[in-house]
Amino acid sequence: MSSLAYAVSDTAVVAKRNLLRIPRQPDLWVSFTIQPIMFVLLFVYVFGGAISTPGYDDYVDFLMPGIIVQTMSFGGFVTAIGLSDDLRKGLIDRFRSLPMARSAVLAGRTLADVATNTVSLVVMIVVGLLVGFNFTSSPLEVAAGIGLLLLFGYAFSWAFAFVALVSNSAEGAQALGFMLIFPLTFASSAFVPPESMPSWLEAFAEANPFSTVVDATRALFVDAPAGNDVWAAVAWCVGLIAVFATLSVYRYRRAVST
Amino acid sequence: MADAAIQAEGLRKSFADVQALDGIDLSAPPGTILGLLGPNGAGKTTAVRILTTLLPPDEGSARVAGLDVVRDAAGLRSQIGLAGQYAAVDENLTGFENLEMVGRLYHLGRGPAGERSRELLERFSLTDAADRLAKTYSGGMRRRLDLAAALVARPPVLFLDEPTTGLDPVSRLQLWETIEARVAAGTTVLLTTQYLDEADRLADRIAVIDHGRVIAEGTPDELKSRVGGERLEVTLESYDHEHAAVDALAPLADERPKCEHGILVMPLHRGTGGIAEAVRRLDAANVGIADIAVRRPTLDDVFMVLTGHAAEEAEDEREEAAA
Repeated sequence: MSSLAYAVSDTAVVAKRNLLRIPRQPDLWVSFTIQPIMFVLLFVYVFGGAISTPGYDDYVDFLMPGIIVQTMSFGGFVTAIGLSDDLRKGLIDRFRSLPMARSAVLAGRTLADVATNTVSLVVMIVVGLLVGFNFTSSPLEVAAGIGLLLLFGYAFSWAFAFVALVSNSAEGAQALGFMLIFPLTFASSAFVPPESMPSWLEAFAEANPFSTVVDATRALFVDAPAGNDVWAAVAWCVGLIAVFATLSVYRYRRAVST
Repeated sequence: MADAAIQAEGLRKSFADVQALDGIDLSAPPGTILGLLGPNGAGKTTAVRILTTLLPPDEGSARVAGLDVVRDAAGLRSQIGLAGQYAAVDENLTGFENLEMVGRLYHLGRGPAGERSRELLERFSLTDAADRLAKTYSGGMRRRLDLAAALVARPPVLFLDEPTTGLDPVSRLQLWETIEARVAAGTTVLLTTQYLDEADRLADRIAVIDHGRVIAEGTPDELKSRVGGERLEVTLESYDHEHAAVDALAPLADERPKCEHGILVMPLHRGTGGIAEAVRRLDAANVGIADIAVRRPTLDDVFMVLTGHAAEEAEDEREEAAA
């Protein structure tokens, strides 16, 4: 077999391993199902009434695309926690001592995490429909939106793989992850219109790639005016994947477990 | 030795301000066990990590199974098996799934990887637990699974980093027997340990490591003879017989034996009839014997003499780490 064929089969073996683990870690389900549901309920019923969203009859139609994008980014924590665990328990040492492709552990990990993101996404859409969200675009656009969201989640899995590889522990990875993700998600167009923010923050929110992905999702789910957002969002995702996959594989080769 | 299965020369490695390895040489002929003996932090694990391609050395070179650990790292990985001190098995996979995954990653192919996994589970008495998640395994079972994973591809060289740390005595003995069986079949093993009795039992040659240097190297017997050979210790029934005892045993020794507080100690040489001759002579001289024994120096004695500190310190640290 060629080295490319080995890389593909090694990645499949690692992905299978991670998929097998998902139903066996019920505590992990909380983070990718219950937690996002609570965010939806919090924003729809607690904050929603106080947030004005010009152009939208109902806050839930504005909120759902934003909160689903946030949920996809939080999927990165599953990646980070899993990798940190493997590092701490010496599994990464074992993998690195095997004649397998250097990219396979990370590629298999991030691919398997697309499955957990898919579960999150289904849960979020069901909950959204239950609290009154309506798709107003064509089925094709909805499908494209789902594809974009999974691509975005995949990109964040790579970003968080890198975070895990440069952190000393799962706790460290989570802390670093939250520090990066909180300003990105909340200072964006996900929960409130950026126009309602102070001008300096509005400028940040407008430039924030998170906003780009949120606006693209709104365009694809509720027919919001799109501009170039969809293509820009895809470009951001592809760029993030290219950068963080390269950095992560580079870092993995030198990974030292403590 | 060009044919050595493991050959390291002048390995150095430092982390930040710690010199983990300060120029060590190691050599193990095929089909032998080389023991790396030393306390925590001596550099044993760093040496293993370099020899298994996990870490590049700062200086020096090493060849394993004839392949350079840096230049031929990719090719070398199919020739080695590694079992670490943390029992690196996936707790959320079953025993079978763990071994099959490792077999596939050694590129055995789906069918052979499965067959080999079942064979190893059988050999390590894990067949009944094969389809249980590894997190339900006892410590001994995890170690066996970890060792089985290292053996999946029948690698000619095995690296075992403190394989029995934290194991109960029965599991330890089982693991020793397994390792001995592998070596009898031609595998070369590098074993790190803090247990002196483990190195004594398993290793053909031992390198004693302290502060990143090899401070002594040789067979267990050679190391022991450095702190003196066998000694005969006789506890007399009565202090009154001290003189008679010394007179009776003096012909067996180079110099007159010493006797204090009713205990006579003397070096024992080969060809002098040993403990049996001593008993006959004391009996003939009507000296009553409360206790008589041959004391062989242990590797504890060796460690004390070589490092100036007892191996105990390291053992205490290990117990803390395990607690």
